[in-house]
Amino acid sequence: MGRLLEVKDLKTYFKTDDGIVKAVDGVSFYIDEQEIVGVVGESGCGKTVTQLSVMQLINRPGRIVGGEIIFEGKNLLEYEQHGPEMRSIRGGKIAMIFQEPMTSLNPVLTLNQQISESLMLHLKMSKEEARKRAIELLGLVGIPSPEERIDDYPHQFSGGMRQRVMIAMGMACNPKILIADEPTTALDVTTQAQLLELMKSMVEQFKSSLVIVTHNLGVVARYAQRIYIMYAGKVVEEGKCKDIFKNPRHPYTVGLLNSVPRLDVEGERLIPIEGLPPNLTQMPPTCAFLPRCPYATEQCRTQPMPELRPVEGEGHKIRCYVDIAEVDNVTVKK
Amino acid sequence: MVSYIIRRLLWGFVIVTLVSLIVFFAIRLLPGDPLLIFMAQSQEMGTMSLEQIEALRAEYGLDKPIMVQYVNWVKDLMRGDLGLSIHYRENVGKLMLERLPVTLHLSLVSLAISLPLGILAGLAAALRRGTWIDNVVVVGSYIGIAIPVFWLGYMLILIFGLRLGWLPIAGYTSPFENFWLSTRQLIMPVFCNSIAGIAGMARQMRSSVLEVANQDYVRTAWSKGLTEKAVVLRHILKNSMIPIVTILGMSIGGIFGGSVIIENIFAIPGMGRLLVNSIFAQDYVVIQASTLIMACIIIASNLLVDISYGWFDPRIRYD
Repeated sequence: MGRLLEVKDLKTYFKTDDGIVKAVDGVSFYIDEQEIVGVVGESGCGKTVTQLSVMQLINRPGRIVGGEIIFEGKNLLEYEQHGPEMRSIRGGKIAMIFQEPMTSLNPVLTLNQQISESLMLHLKMSKEEARKRAIELLGLVGIPSPEERIDDYPHQFSGGMRQRVMIAMGMACNPKILIADEPTTALDVTTQAQLLELMKSMVEQFKSSLVIVTHNLGVVARYAQRIYIMYAGKVVEEGKCKDIFKNPRHPYTVGLLNSVPRLDVEGERLIPIEGLPPNLTQMPPTCAFLPRCPYATEQCRTQPMPELRPVEGEGHKIRCYVDIAEVDNVTVKK
Repeated sequence: MVSYIIRRLLWGFVIVTLVSLIVFFAIRLLPGDPLLIFMAQSQEMGTMSLEQIEALRAEYGLDKPIMVQYVNWVKDLMRGDLGLSIHYRENVGKLMLERLPVTLHLSLVSLAISLPLGILAGLAAALRRGTWIDNVVVVGSYIGIAIPVFWLGYMLILIFGLRLGWLPIAGYTSPFENFWLSTRQLIMPVFCNSIAGIAGMARQMRSSVLEVANQDYVRTAWSKGLTEKAVVLRHILKNSMIPIVTILGMSIGGIFGGSVIIENIFAIPGMGRLLVNSIFAQDYVVIQASTLIMACIIIASNLLVDISYGWFDPRIRYD
């Protein structure tokens, strides 16, 4: 499996009245062909901005200030934001699905108009061909009687159905990568599971890669092969899904795992991560997780932000001085 | 849809009835006597006897009790007879037919200029937010809204009519008679009549586009790799037109109202000037008729606007 996308040291900053917000500060990650990758973190950790940067959909006051985004051997950051090269990648080779299905479809255009648009643009289909393909796609994502519903407007569909339409739109041009930004957060639990299964089967069928951006570890545990855990604009732990779940090495990951509710253990309390994420305009020179970290040592308080370092497990890296495996009284719920 | 239109037309009928009642009684509450004014202004001034005036009063039916007058007026209206003008001594329908095209000419040209200009200015300002284009539109629209039309009219006449002598200072010519002169005469009135409309429209359009441009579905459109043109024309424009249609409905009323002032400044023989002259002459019949006609035009244009919402926004249903 070849390397499809490689992001190196990406930096996306937002200029605000309170100072520069380093929403993404030196993030590196990669995606291989036909791989499902999870990006996990709490709100405001930069996971969405990272993906929007890949699409070059960062608007003022935000700006990509550094790094490289290598896709098919070309650095996407050398392309102009709305130039022809970037436009042909956006929607054609890399597609994105957004969090809010209720507001992510244009209320005044029919499904046909919205799905056909990409097909006519990227695959140079005629109106009739695009319409036929759009009906097929709606069928693929499980919209009943698609040929009747193709001319309906988004408000005539439920939230789950709209997200199915978004998936159809995302997959329309057979992209290499589908980025799903919190695709199921706004939906109820049963719909979530159906949609994740649908996305998985769609990317398998189309031989695409899938990036699932989420704050829900349960979602990635089931589908992702590799995971990136982000905190305050940086990747703090990365590795294979099973390594991270079996053997989490960063205190933040441990905290996340401990705060996931479990149905199979009775009468158990959730352990929240104490404190709040740092203010991104006033980042300490030390580790960003330090104020909330229960395992902090003298080294953490005096040394600058640690670099990612490899630990046990293939490709498993953490951004932490502490080796949690050697610390006593660490409880990781298994 | 059909039942909605019928219902709206019935409401329109109720509104016209109310307007007719209010205008009928309100002008009769004003002090003064239209016949005395007519006599004072007529060539036979001083030669008319009291008997002659009373005869005229009987001819217009003004000697009858006020309720009877109203009923008679409505009866005539039903037959399509707008009555006889006291001041002009002519059939009001004929007076209107002469003047309505003039006002429509002025208003429609103003609308045809202010609508696209306002929309374009607002769109340009929003899409190039924070640039000099935006600043020009924002400052310009404040000025446009704040500027009093009557002052602007006299200033234009003073500068372009009198000082520079580029344009005729007043008057109206039918475009079928002399198109060039007609257009030259219309430039200043149309400018005055459009300026507030352009400004209001541009402001509304700017904020509307700014709001729509931040919607999630516009981000979706960008994520498809569409060009800016396609995103703006297909995804932003139609959505931002919804509030504009509302403004348009109101500004049609405003443009007709504005023509009252503008026709008087530029001596244009339209409905507005007729109305003002008739108010000074207390010509009940003409005031009533022109008020009713304006009410009908505004009701009809509002209905058209409400129907066109459905075209812009499929979520709107008429039932």
